[in-house]
Amino acid sequence: MSIIETNALTRRFGSLTAVDRLTMSVEPGEIFGLLGPNGAGKTTAIKMLTTLLPPTSGIAMVAGFSITRQAARVRRAIGYVPQMLSADGSLTGYENLWVFARLYDVPRAERESRVHKALAFMGLEDASNKLVRTYSGGMIRRLEIAQSILHQPTVLFLDEPTIGLDPLARKTVWEHIIELQASYGTTIFMTTHLMEEADSLCRRVAIMHRSKMVAIGSPAQLKAAIGGNGITLEDVFVHYTGDTLEAGGGYRETTRTRRTAKRLG
Amino acid sequence: MRPQEQDGRLNGLAESSYTMASPLSSVASFVQKTLVIAELEVRKLRHDPTELLMRAVQPALWLVIFGEVFTKTKAIPTPGQMRYLDFIAPGILAQSGLFIAIFSGITIIWERDLGIIHKFLVSPTSREALALGKALAGGLRALSQVVVIYLLSIALGVKLDWNPLGLVGVLVAVVLAAATFCAFSLIIAFIVKTRERFMGIGQLLTMPFFFASSAIYPISIMPRPLQVIAHGNPLTYEVDALRTLMLPSGTSTYGLGMDFGVLLFSTALLVTIAAQLYPRAAT
Repeated sequence: MSIIETNALTRRFGSLTAVDRLTMSVEPGEIFGLLGPNGAGKTTAIKMLTTLLPPTSGIAMVAGFSITRQAARVRRAIGYVPQMLSADGSLTGYENLWVFARLYDVPRAERESRVHKALAFMGLEDASNKLVRTYSGGMIRRLEIAQSILHQPTVLFLDEPTIGLDPLARKTVWEHIIELQASYGTTIFMTTHLMEEADSLCRRVAIMHRSKMVAIGSPAQLKAAIGGNGITLEDVFVHYTGDTLEAGGGYRETTRTRRTAKRLG
Repeated sequence: MRPQEQDGRLNGLAESSYTMASPLSSVASFVQKTLVIAELEVRKLRHDPTELLMRAVQPALWLVIFGEVFTKTKAIPTPGQMRYLDFIAPGILAQSGLFIAIFSGITIIWERDLGIIHKFLVSPTSREALALGKALAGGLRALSQVVVIYLLSIALGVKLDWNPLGLVGVLVAVVLAAATFCAFSLIIAFIVKTRERFMGIGQLLTMPFFFASSAIYPISIMPRPLQVIAHGNPLTYEVDALRTLMLPSGTSTYGLGMDFGVLLFSTALLVTIAAQLYPRAAT
């Protein structure tokens, strides 16, 4: 049984269709990448799957629960790391985790050990009592991931997990994502617009373009489908989205992305 | 840990809290989560208490300058020939609580611009607990002003009532009123969505709340239309309760039952509205 299943999932904002009849499924335990240029609808899709945004039409099941009718149950089963900065800089790393351990009803007896385990898993034990505003960008991202795995979610949603990170920090985050999947069997659903990231992490990817899903499959399948040797995932991407690597976004999104990048860096 | 084991536990957790959710346990969970949200804000203050220290300056100026001057000029009639400084001390306490609370919504805009609010909304925490927790945190911040005003009052020779029950009443009134204005501030933040507009509206609203209340002069000397507004203003009832409980010579105009009733009702109403608007912050 698929762990995420969507059927004609659609979201409109006024006359704009942000996600248009998205139908796909994700298997338990896989790292799945949703790719697309800025403004393709990736974040809107992830917001619907994480119950933040009600769909205009269509249905989706996450971890066996309907995102509209069983939103509370979906919330207990998933973890979510937003694209933007979601750790609180005016609290320590430990406190950031402690809050979520309580909000996720981690039993009192286990709270302390789970928080320390998550910190250790993400390599943040030494910095746990420092204010997060003194952390580096890579550390903040790892803390945010630690925050979202405290309740041992079946599915973890990562929206652009390495945006604004330098190559070294990015590599560390990748390693932790792979380790998370390997040791806990967590299904990971991530969006990215870095083809290298998708190619090295994801077992399967879907490409979105102008609110529609235009391709789905393993990176190898997608490369083979447009033929020839020496084809990279980047070529696949350009094949499906035209020359729109730079398109989309707009002022609001750009300021947000830049600000996230600046705060993380 | 094996994946299966983890799945089992997770489902077990989800099941138990749903199939066995009695009204009592959901109330307990609501209270617990509200307190977590409130404690979170208090922890932030503990890391950086400078804001609270700065907040002590404004009431000090009001009492020391405005209060002293108007006490000398005897320009404002007070009930029972009360000394004017005694009359406004409770008013200034209410005012500084209002000022702290009315701008607290700015943190929501901040949290929304980052991604913090999204993470809270994805967690299994009811919107009501999120809103009430924030409002309560605003109330707790305002408590610092009780200390400030009491110290200033002692220094300025204001005659205070030290009845312990009265003191508890003062604390409750300050928390409730600040929670009301904090919830109001959240509502505005959810509607206007940008920091600039929020600051503008915050500035615009603070003064009417303050002046159309009994904080610095009795309502009876106001022009009629202002009197009507003052009677719909929660701050009026807070000031009435504070004046009754803080001063040995204070008497309540509306009755303490009415005062606390209005404050409770307005907190409940505004927190409920704020909770409804909470999910808008994530879209």
